[in-house]
Amino acid sequence: MSASAIVQISYFAAAVLFIVGLKSMSSPVTARRGIIWAGVGMVVATVATFLTPGMGNFALMIAAIAIGGGVAWWSGKIVKMTDMPQMVAIYNGMGGGAAAAIAAVEFVRHEAHGELTIALAVLGALIGAVSFSGSCIAFAKLQGLMKKAYRLPGQNIWNIALAGATLVVGLSMVLLSDKMTGVQILSFFILSLVLGVVITMPIGGADMPVVISLFNAFTGLAVGFEGYVLGNPALIIAGIVVGAAGTLLTQLMAKAMNRPITNIIFQPLSGEAQAGGATVEGSMKEVGALDAAAMMRYGSKVIIVPGYGMAVAGAQHKVWEMAQLLEKAGVEVKFAIHPVAGRMPGHMNVLLAEAGVPYDKIFDLEEINAEFPLADVALVIGANDVVNPSARTDKSSPIYGMPILDADKAQNVIVIKRGKGAGYSGIENALFYAENCRLLYGSAQQVAGEVVGHIKAMGD
Amino acid sequence: MEGFTALYIFMLAAFTGYEVISRVPVILHTPLMSGSNFVHGVVLVGAMVALGRAETPLEQAIGFVAVLLGAANAAGGYVVTERMLAMFKSDKKKAGGHQ
Repeated sequence: MSASAIVQISYFAAAVLFIVGLKSMSSPVTARRGIIWAGVGMVVATVATFLTPGMGNFALMIAAIAIGGGVAWWSGKIVKMTDMPQMVAIYNGMGGGAAAAIAAVEFVRHEAHGELTIALAVLGALIGAVSFSGSCIAFAKLQGLMKKAYRLPGQNIWNIALAGATLVVGLSMVLLSDKMTGVQILSFFILSLVLGVVITMPIGGADMPVVISLFNAFTGLAVGFEGYVLGNPALIIAGIVVGAAGTLLTQLMAKAMNRPITNIIFQPLSGEAQAGGATVEGSMKEVGALDAAAMMRYGSKVIIVPGYGMAVAGAQHKVWEMAQLLEKAGVEVKFAIHPVAGRMPGHMNVLLAEAGVPYDKIFDLEEINAEFPLADVALVIGANDVVNPSARTDKSSPIYGMPILDADKAQNVIVIKRGKGAGYSGIENALFYAENCRLLYGSAQQVAGEVVGHIKAMGD
Repeated sequence: MEGFTALYIFMLAAFTGYEVISRVPVILHTPLMSGSNFVHGVVLVGAMVALGRAETPLEQAIGFVAVLLGAANAAGGYVVTERMLAMFKSDKKKAGGHQ
């Protein structure tokens, strides 16, 4: 069998493994098997590529794989579970960057021929470069390196003008084809990278998961297009499958947050938007750890609403310890998870699972909302926007219409909160001023520890 | 590759991607996003071919960056997804034998 036949068969096998792997990953029972199958596919494809006829630069190639792969492997191993979303963002951005760089090599070599091929190479490069620089901004925002949402006056017009300019340069490259110049190539990539930055800059942290998912789909498409340019079916199939799957995932997430994708890109939640929300009446009432412990210990039903604040404080183990103590005292304890609790859909489930909370204690929004009126205490830990009743009642609120957990309907609400500030989106929360709501200030880790101590002191 | 053959592959792959993801429970959204992020790490293969054919130092430099980024996408994507999905296994065991 010739070397190129082996390569082709390996790519075919890899494509099958990728699809089977992704399919398995869409069910909790088979999910772990799925990533392993996809991993095998990746190894097969990578090893086979070394056999491709007419290649050189092997030393450089192996060095690049060792450095890039090694650093990413190591950083992926050590990162905390709470920081996963930004890691997904940065790895995804790198994939987009790789697709753009492949196109750059093809342009510089004048390797791509024919209008369709060059057009797809240009499109893939544009999408890949946008995904690269955009994901870097997303990473910086989630990592807390960049706190604010920067918004230019007339942002949308700038975005459209820049996108238009990039497309014009891209089109000129297609038309000139073999005679495209270095200046054109360079300006095209610079424009594309800047476009990714200006699109992502104004988007607030709360919308970031949807944006990361969108960039993930982008990178998939970019990889698929460059696959066409290289005549490589493994890239085409894997890229387009991910492009389509990522698009659907993005839609599902946007739906869970009730934020259409066009709104996220063109009308990001910003300072001016919040001014639209009605001001909240009433005052915030404080409660101590001892009273909070007693309210829960002598209640019959407690629903815990965990948010990203709990995860950041690393309090999930303490909270689970508290829940177990309450259960021992005969209190029914349930965890209520908002679809976008944490930073991405499903992120909070992963974090609670890590702390050892069993599946059957964790409930989705639809399952649990009817139970809040029956609960003696709803304990909100480091969550904010997902329990803001303004989403139900206040039409002028930027989050109006987003499905929320009805924590405000519980007999008593206790909110563990680090300070008096507004939530991640910066929107004032009417719940904190409600008659039945008490605030328990402190870091989730330390407060949960105190509550555990008080419950223990109360005995069985 | 023949233009139309590629178009058919594009179309079928798009449907496959859509089908594979539909009816997925919310708890798997994040791991699945991460998993699909890993799968497009196959861009590494394309980057290797681009670098393998590179001749001038400029081409080699860009190709090197491409392979570096592609390898990071694949390796990082795998580790992160594997770690997330490992959570699902351990929690099943614990759910059985309640502490």
